[in-house]
Amino acid sequence: MKKGRYGEFGGQYAPETLMNALSELEAEFEKAIKDEKFWEEFNFYLREYANRPSNLYFAKRMTEDLGGCKIYLKREDLNHTGAHKINNVLGQIILAKRMGKKKVIAETGAGQHGVATATAAALFGMECEVFMGEEDTKRQELNVFRMNLLGAKVTPVKSGTGTLKDACNEAMRAWAEHAGDTFYVLGSAVGPHPYPAIVKEFQRVISREMKEQILEKEGRLPDYVIACVGGGSNAIGSFAEFIGEPSVKLIGAEAAGKGIDTPYHAATISKGEVGVLHGMKSLFLQDEYGGIQEVYSISAGLDYPGIGPEHAYLHKTGRAQYYPVTDKEAVDAFCYLTKTEGIIPAVESAHAVAQAIKMAPKLPKDEIMIICLSGRGDKDVYSVAKYLGVEFNEQD
Amino acid sequence: MNRIDKMFLDKKGQKVFIPFITAGDPDIGTTMDLVFAMEEAGADLIELGVPFSDPIAEGPVIQEANARALKNGVNLDIIFDAVGKIRKKSQIPLVFLMYYNSLFKYGLERFFKACKEYGIDGVIIPDLPYEESGEIAEYEEKYNVYQISLISPTSHDRIEKIAKSAKGFLYCVSSLGVTGARDKFETDFKAFFDEINKYAKIPKCLGFGIKDETQAKLLREYADGIIVGSAVVALIKEGKDKEEKIRLVKEYVSKMAKATKE
Repeated sequence: MKKGRYGEFGGQYAPETLMNALSELEAEFEKAIKDEKFWEEFNFYLREYANRPSNLYFAKRMTEDLGGCKIYLKREDLNHTGAHKINNVLGQIILAKRMGKKKVIAETGAGQHGVATATAAALFGMECEVFMGEEDTKRQELNVFRMNLLGAKVTPVKSGTGTLKDACNEAMRAWAEHAGDTFYVLGSAVGPHPYPAIVKEFQRVISREMKEQILEKEGRLPDYVIACVGGGSNAIGSFAEFIGEPSVKLIGAEAAGKGIDTPYHAATISKGEVGVLHGMKSLFLQDEYGGIQEVYSISAGLDYPGIGPEHAYLHKTGRAQYYPVTDKEAVDAFCYLTKTEGIIPAVESAHAVAQAIKMAPKLPKDEIMIICLSGRGDKDVYSVAKYLGVEFNEQD
Repeated sequence: MNRIDKMFLDKKGQKVFIPFITAGDPDIGTTMDLVFAMEEAGADLIELGVPFSDPIAEGPVIQEANARALKNGVNLDIIFDAVGKIRKKSQIPLVFLMYYNSLFKYGLERFFKACKEYGIDGVIIPDLPYEESGEIAEYEEKYNVYQISLISPTSHDRIEKIAKSAKGFLYCVSSLGVTGARDKFETDFKAFFDEINKYAKIPKCLGFGIKDETQAKLLREYADGIIVGSAVVALIKEGKDKEEKIRLVKEYVSKMAKATKE
């Protein structure tokens, strides 16, 4: 396969002003991953700062209740900052430091990647600017404040729909202007080459640990690995070590919002078509003239009109299967896991839990399923309450 | 050889002026009249922006023009139709500026075939760099429609391969970042063009950020032409009605063309 390509997908569809910056990034990335010192430093921060390895927890009550295969939860929600996002951010910020960059920029939807980037920037004493859709800054005021506390500047993006894709556009525009001293910390497995490869490499720790932990606990590989997919960073991290293990079935859960037959969803695999945006050829929700469509999901983290190019490829080749999960199914799963296991999952991760709830009862008891619990759900309690029609008194 | 080469040949070394407008901003009828008015005012080639939902190389002024055009339901078929009508009266070289997804979704061959049929001479695709342009090469050649290549101040050792294979003219980007009027430029134009001139066999035009006559007069010595986008688009927004929009643009283009050429 051509470098930076996943079949027909991937590539480097970036403006000329960015091509040199992308080559420099690629060169440094190639160098870093062959450098023991890089891994020493990265692993040090993953262990000492991000709290890795994350637990692989046997969900006994859930397994018994569903009555099918054994279910394990990969607890990325227990990482520092509460999600898998920190893994990739630490890797990229160490790259930035190696390249002598003084400033980092990032895009964010709900704010999780923005918070993770602001956190790592604080840790390494770097200047940080986060681009966030204006709509999202209103919906996620608390995360804006959190980033401000961490010393980051949050720039609201008014253009387009004022959501994640527009934040990506603006981050790319800003990077094109300031690539000389600025590193773009991209949060998902998307973008022009080498970003999808970088994000996969830095999230690979999820499946590396899954593999070690399941071998230790069960003495064999899992039969299923399930993860939610927006751009696809926690999913590609969960799949990475298993792609070459044909006995392991890889399952992605994408956001079907109010249903894939309504206009309100973000189900890129189910409904998308091949296109080019944000530097990559992949599947996108678009109109007949290639205009990128507005997307919707209860989960701001899955609210993206495209998908990482490797996922498009895994889907096309049949190596991984992707299924739509509606808001309702995700919220039900959110409540179910909370009650059954005492774990409040991120509403993104609840999509993966919902897919597991659909599949597990039909599977034999001796089969093993791992769900990537990509993040914790404290941030979502309010929106889930709203969805369920629970009202609160305004707090002062 | 197409209309672009012929225009530069006819100019015999005289500098050229290239204005940009977003097709369908605010409506396709105005776009057609603006093309005629700009040609009359001294434009030598016209860039037509094909509106897109996510124009990542554009600053706020052209982003808004894209949004206005899309809101009015303008699409590639409507634009091709307008180009066909323009061609009944004018042979000015016309170049699309568009994002790759608009072209890709339309269908590569269908797109280039339509360009030839309706009379589009070239296409600038900000998000299709040299490395990825192989996928359209076959159709460019078959239909004699040029992909206009961009060179930026950070292109460095990429300049050679880009310049050597470029067709029509080279679009030299004056500054980093996005389109939009600028007060000053950080680029060392002498060094930038010295490097380009080592390899370029075709005319070089300079764009991004240029807005007034002073800048045009200062920068024309480096290039064969000056490209202005956001400043024109801003006037289209400023004009209260179609008549005023056309008058403002015509006055401006006339002034800038003069400054570029004299």
